[in-house]
Amino acid sequence: MLNYLWGFMIFIGIIVGVLGGNVAGIGNAAIDSSKEAVTLCIAMLGVMSMWTGLMQVAKKSGLVTSFTKALRPVIRFLFPDIPKDHIVNEYIASNMIANILGLGWAATPMGLMAMRELKKLNQNSNTASCDMCTLLIVNISSLQLIPVNIIAYRSQYGSVNPAEIILPGIIATSVSTLAGVIFATVARKLSRYK
Amino acid sequence: MSFIVYLSNYIIPFIFFYIIGYGMLTKTSIYDEFTKGAKDGFKVVLDIMPTLIGLMIAIGILRASGALNLLSKLLEPVTNLLHFPSELLPITLVKMFSSSAATSLLLDIYKEYGPDSYLGRLISIILSSTETIFYTMAVYFLAAGVKKTRYTLAGALVATLAGTIASIIITNMAF
Repeated sequence: MLNYLWGFMIFIGIIVGVLGGNVAGIGNAAIDSSKEAVTLCIAMLGVMSMWTGLMQVAKKSGLVTSFTKALRPVIRFLFPDIPKDHIVNEYIASNMIANILGLGWAATPMGLMAMRELKKLNQNSNTASCDMCTLLIVNISSLQLIPVNIIAYRSQYGSVNPAEIILPGIIATSVSTLAGVIFATVARKLSRYK
Repeated sequence: MSFIVYLSNYIIPFIFFYIIGYGMLTKTSIYDEFTKGAKDGFKVVLDIMPTLIGLMIAIGILRASGALNLLSKLLEPVTNLLHFPSELLPITLVKMFSSSAATSLLLDIYKEYGPDSYLGRLISIILSSTETIFYTMAVYFLAAGVKKTRYTLAGALVATLAGTIASIIITNMAF
């Protein structure tokens, strides 16, 4: 996907630049942007490490486990077709908690394990089960409470108050998740009538 | 509605207080664990660094050539109809496919208009309330070997649209 997108962006950029007479700026922009990416990553190292460090404390102290337990009733509601004590409940809970806490890299492996188990529950069918659809929709609706990256970028580009978007972001994210959950629940009910 | 911004300032201190406090109560060696976890942050950043360099170069070229301005000009009739800023349409569309490409465009918005401008705030909130649709679907369904994804895409689009509309409303109200 990115192979095409990236090539396309550079190609269009150079063509438009030549046609519009901005060609002198292009070389400089390429060099400056590559340097800027590194500066940004150095700044991000700080904020990201602060977050992962804090999350490690939360994990080790058992806080994450207790959050995962607290999520059980939510999972029963969202995934009514999964047997109550099935291991996939754990995978889904870990996936959601990792997403909520902004640990995307930890969320994906858990999500993929959940998908494989859901496939077994679905008689290895090639068609997605309702539970799979719900898992994907909820994941895509974004669960992350604190957008750590965005706060880091805002601070790097001189925001007076980088954290001011946290609560507005939480509200918007809740709306998108709620919309996704309503859609998934209604679609599940409708597919039963078929 | 400025209390939304005001309360936002309490969230990070609260998270610190809660996690560190809980760690102390459970007698976790909090500092050792913090430093251990901080190392993971390096890995995360190093992983995205090459992608970010490549994409920021591409966006830099697009900006310098005038192609990005041209694009928002071309999109203006559509976005005016939708009451959505034309500068932000490319990034909201790109975000459906690639999160890192969207990040590079986000940084371009910050550079051009500032993170505290209306556009800067709005896009910060939009990006914190949406996820990469097609990438996530590809990874998850490929791993499970599922071909027919049924209503997943429709649901994901509904959630993304709802999040984007909510972002616009909340940005207008909070700031």
